[in-house]
Amino acid sequence: MNTRTQVLLWTAQRASAAVLAVFVLVHLAVIIYAVRNGLTAAEILGRTQGSAGWAAFYGLFVAAVSIHAPIGLRAVLGETLGWQGRGRDFALLLFALLLFAWGLRAVWAVTGA
Amino acid sequence: MKREDAIGAAGATPATSRLSPSGEALRVRIWRGDESGGYQEFDVPRLESQTVLDVVTYVQRVLDPTLAYRFACRVGMCGSCAMTVNGQARWTCRTHVSKVVSDGTLEIAPLHNLPVVRDLVTDMTPFFDKWARAKGQFKGDRTRRDDFARVEPASVQRRRVDAGIECIGCGVCYSSCDVVTWNPDYLGPAALNRAWTLANDVRDVAQRDRLAAVAGDAGCHACHTQMTCTERCPKGIEPTAGINGLKRMVAVAALKGDL
Amino acid sequence: MMKNDYRSHNHPAYWAFVVHRVSGVLLTLFLPVHFWALAQALQGEARFDSFLRWTEQPLVKAGEVALILLLAAHLTGGVRVLMLEFLAWRGWQKNLLAGAAGATLVAGLAFMLNLWP
Repeated sequence: MNTRTQVLLWTAQRASAAVLAVFVLVHLAVIIYAVRNGLTAAEILGRTQGSAGWAAFYGLFVAAVSIHAPIGLRAVLGETLGWQGRGRDFALLLFALLLFAWGLRAVWAVTGA
Repeated sequence: MKREDAIGAAGATPATSRLSPSGEALRVRIWRGDESGGYQEFDVPRLESQTVLDVVTYVQRVLDPTLAYRFACRVGMCGSCAMTVNGQARWTCRTHVSKVVSDGTLEIAPLHNLPVVRDLVTDMTPFFDKWARAKGQFKGDRTRRDDFARVEPASVQRRRVDAGIECIGCGVCYSSCDVVTWNPDYLGPAALNRAWTLANDVRDVAQRDRLAAVAGDAGCHACHTQMTCTERCPKGIEPTAGINGLKRMVAVAALKGDL
Repeated sequence: MMKNDYRSHNHPAYWAFVVHRVSGVLLTLFLPVHFWALAQALQGEARFDSFLRWTEQPLVKAGEVALILLLAAHLTGGVRVLMLEFLAWRGWQKNLLAGAAGATLVAGLAFMLNLWP
């Protein structure tokens, strides 16, 4: 992987971090509010089902996290296991795509009408 | 006790130590051997205003002449005497025993993250090789026929340079950095700090090459702001700040297509 | 070459690094589980509801508190790193660390108070 790509990865990680900072704050606030006095499926789905707004919010959330987590993991794997090179990058790309797919599926599960 | 008595008469170096008048002895563990080796224990007379370098010197001159170690100026100017004392990299000539002794014991080892030649001596070659790889050399384009370059001392750029220019290449920061340990290619705080001072040098013309040299997995982007370098630098330099500055400069260059 | 041990790691910025890395790894491991759990809703509201019932066990609730703390810690630590990297160097970064730790605690406490009023 050439230097330019490595710089791009770092930039994407920081950009997604900035996006996630906002999204996570909203998510934390929503959780804390929602968890008051117990949590039922009806309560959650009543809010989110059929909502384009929540779909957009969580869709973007999933995209950002699918970029942010694998790149972060890349450094951890390289530094703790000494795993470098194409093998690591390929595995992480796979992980990113899986996260994205599972994440969108979860978004669909709670927002799909 | 006279200094001459403490060091020992010329030629006669008894194997047993001599205690200071107060009877106080320092128990000192010193690394012997290379990568594979072990700590050897010595008893050294405890004296007032003693530095760790004094202790090492006493051991080599009085107790065991085979001990290998480096020093030069012994007044905190050259950085040659840098070693690991009780787990932390320091200049031994500027470290008072009273400041670091714990439980009457001292543990002295060579600098970390560098190949050990013997005992307390490390091979500084990788450290300086990385300095060169980071394009840590000034490159100008003026000749003696040109007028002097003008560098405004109060400018933002010059103040950044001033904050980092006093580095004497002692290796304490490099030795203290975990990313250097985990990532063999990582250029390290000293090389990157030097690159930062040059990146802010308005006379330098190698900026593009330098930014390319310090970017990426082996460069500034590998820094995780652990800041042990900043914590330990004996000159009060903050390599983390310079490394973060390089991250910003590289990002701007990449956006402009200049990388 | 010899390596560093806890004695050179004994300062706040290093602890911040450890917290950030550990929380990041744990959250990354949790994410697929979280997505799987939410996907239970695909099997209908009843199925989702029974899953939520399962999460009401004390041990699971404790785990949720831990997750909230991890998330809050990673977020505030991350914002601290972003500020260190993108804003010009200033000496108040130590206060930033304190602020980050405080915000984490607040988030965790708020969550816990909701669970046990």
